Amino acid sequence: MSEGTEQEANSHEIKPSNSKVIKKLVLVVFAMFGFGFGLVPLYDVFCDITGLNGKTNTVGVAYAADGIDTSRTIKVQFITRMAKGIPWKFEPVINEISVHPGEMKFVNFYAKNQSQRDIIGQAVPSVSPGLAAGYFQKIECFCFTQQPLKAGEEVEMGLQFYVDLDLPSEITTLTLSYTLYDISGKADS
Amino acid sequence: MTTETINESLDDSHNDDHHDHKMTGMKRWLYTTNHKDIGTLYLWFAFIMFLTGGALAMVIRIELFQPGLQIVEPDFFNQLTTVHGLIMVFGAIMPAFTGFANWMVPMMIGAPDMALPRMNNWSFWILPFAFAILLGSFFMESGAPNFGWTFYAPLSTTYSNGSTAFFVFAVHIMGISSIMGAINIVVTIMNLRAPGMTYMKMPLFVWTFFITAYLLIAVMPVLAGVVTMLLTDTYFGTSFFDAAGGGDPVMFQHIFWFFGHPEVYIMILPAFGIVSTIIPAFSRKKLFGYSSMVYATSSIALLSFIVWAHHMFTTGMPLFGELFFMYCTMLIAVPTGVKVFNWVATMWRGSLTFETPMLFSIAFVILFTIGGFSGLMLALTPVDFQYHDTYFVVAHFHYVLVTGSLFSIYAGAYFWLPKWTGNMYNESLAKWHFWSSLISVNLLFFPMHFLGLAGMPRRIPDYALQFADFNKWVSIGGFAFGLSQLIFLAVVIKCIKGGDKAPAKPWDGAEGLEWTVASPAPYHTFSTPPKVD
Ligand code: HEM
Ligand SMILES: [Cu+2]
Repeated sequence: MSEGTEQEANSHEIKPSNSKVIKKLVLVVFAMFGFGFGLVPLYDVFCDITGLNGKTNTVGVAYAADGIDTSRTIKVQFITRMAKGIPWKFEPVINEISVHPGEMKFVNFYAKNQSQRDIIGQAVPSVSPGLAAGYFQKIECFCFTQQPLKAGEEVEMGLQFYVDLDLPSEITTLTLSYTLYDISGKADS
Repeated sequence: MTTETINESLDDSHNDDHHDHKMTGMKRWLYTTNHKDIGTLYLWFAFIMFLTGGALAMVIRIELFQPGLQIVEPDFFNQLTTVHGLIMVFGAIMPAFTGFANWMVPMMIGAPDMALPRMNNWSFWILPFAFAILLGSFFMESGAPNFGWTFYAPLSTTYSNGSTAFFVFAVHIMGISSIMGAINIVVTIMNLRAPGMTYMKMPLFVWTFFITAYLLIAVMPVLAGVVTMLLTDTYFGTSFFDAAGGGDPVMFQHIFWFFGHPEVYIMILPAFGIVSTIIPAFSRKKLFGYSSMVYATSSIALLSFIVWAHHMFTTGMPLFGELFFMYCTMLIAVPTGVKVFNWVATMWRGSLTFETPMLFSIAFVILFTIGGFSGLMLALTPVDFQYHDTYFVVAHFHYVLVTGSLFSIYAGAYFWLPKWTGNMYNESLAKWHFWSSLISVNLLFFPMHFLGLAGMPRRIPDYALQFADFNKWVSIGGFAFGLSQLIFLAVVIKCIKGGDKAPAKPWDGAEGLEWTVASPAPYHTFSTPPKVD
């Protein structure tokens, strides 16, 4: 056996070869810890590009369609859901509307704070089928901002939207769903 | 920071003066930096955790013995299933394998000890604290974690019973322990192999632990990250997984399973290594294809990073995603098949004998393969919509984890007990352990396949009447399996206390450096490295 190895086995000194490996491995550990957090923006970017998870635009866009395609009619349905623990009434004024691609529409949602305390709500939209989300353009939406309602207060909140001309032809119905959360504890301000 | 600790640790790491550091009593175990002592600690800890997690499972099976609510509240039932899963994964299987690594890797590669003995002591001794926190939460006002071992947000955030902080800290400690253990294994294998032992001459056992250690280093930090996000979401107002604040609960599942699927291979690759050591020994033949086993193990490890979403087929992925993850998952069956055929071909025309380690290994090959097949069924996206979150999944992962990982641990324990204790274990008692385990484990888990196919959901304390008969039998199997494990305890205690003296190599077909040293293995082995040719 080589003398070097015998020394290695009994040595009191840290072996440079050990510390080199350790340094690399510790680096990998930190890199992977970072990667875990990196997955968060990666996931958002990925979903944004592919439009996979039904998320719609979070700030208003300007109307940018080249005319209206009257040969197609798309059914847009509205549904609302209250997350656990928010004592509001929240519903679309009309449940369903027909639009031609490129045509701008304006609809209202009704909300009432039925409790005795002031609450800040946040409606989170989601479009199904998920792949259609990228073609659903919101020009103006109450969901872009928070919705503070005083105890007992009621409002009608507007949504202005159009559907892109190049919406894939197999899609004939879109469902826009809003889930309403109580964010009084978390709201910024 | 780590390097400094290591500097220190090596400064006073022991050398040849054997007498002055083998302390007595509790102190010996608290301060030990000896790989064999630490291996023993890991193995005992794992067994105690196994019995603890098993006790929780017994309560679950009592509750499910009959339809209707019997003895526990639904919320407490959820705590039982959650803590059972966490303990078995992080407290029993993983530490048991680390115990094997500590005991056997240095001896198999001809090293005097692990490369980083002081850190080794730390990685073990922080573990009991993690599980004290986890189990202690049963006695807190909040109760124990009740959101499943997969701790999906928002169950573990918005709807948590208040145990999230305990849970997160416990997982952080377990993670640090695993990472330190894994770094130690990698450094040991890379730098302390005896002269002449090239990578492709390492025993397959060593290879599987080497690859597993890399998997741990890659994904335990991701687990640490995701539980940290959980913590800040629950207590510090962030919104990683909270839709109200712009986050996304489905993203939790992606990050969790990015850790979670490699994690299941962390729990099975070492089992492959153990079984690949034992089957050739009792077939008196060389392993059929050593290098194909090395490559199969590596490709399983690599593939395990691109299949995670097979746990998420029902989350509404687009068709392309469903297909991608389906095909990748089925691809893993190829290297896994290579392994199974390797074991069978090793036995083919061998002069087989059926001592207990071999019995557990053969049972492993057959029953693990059943688990692999149910895995393939689950990998088929369209049918997974039916099977997901039913007892079929429970059957699947218990076949791979109990008759897979756990059986391999038993096989390995019987195989090396003579080396560890210097005594032969009682073969007939061991055979009782094997046969009663084998029969009861199948009574316990096989009917679960049918329960799942018929639609019985998992993690629910009550069930529809038509499932009553099967559940009764499953529970009976469960109690029998639980009791059978006490036989193992008896075998081990008897073996430590006495028994026929074991020769250096009690199994005539066994190969490897560990059999060249006396039984029991001296406290220090290979202070001068052996020569491997
Ligand atoms: C041929 C190899 C395998 C395939 C194709 C496979 C496939 C799958 C699939 C598709 C699921 C998700 C089922 C669902 O939730 O609907 C699953 C779950 C699971 N598998 Fe496997 N698997 C394999 C091997 C293993 C191994 C070796 C282990 C561990 C040693 C394992 C442990 C688990 C666990 C623990 C779960 C359940 C996780 C949970 O939801 O709690 N699997 N498997
Ligand atoms: Cu998986």
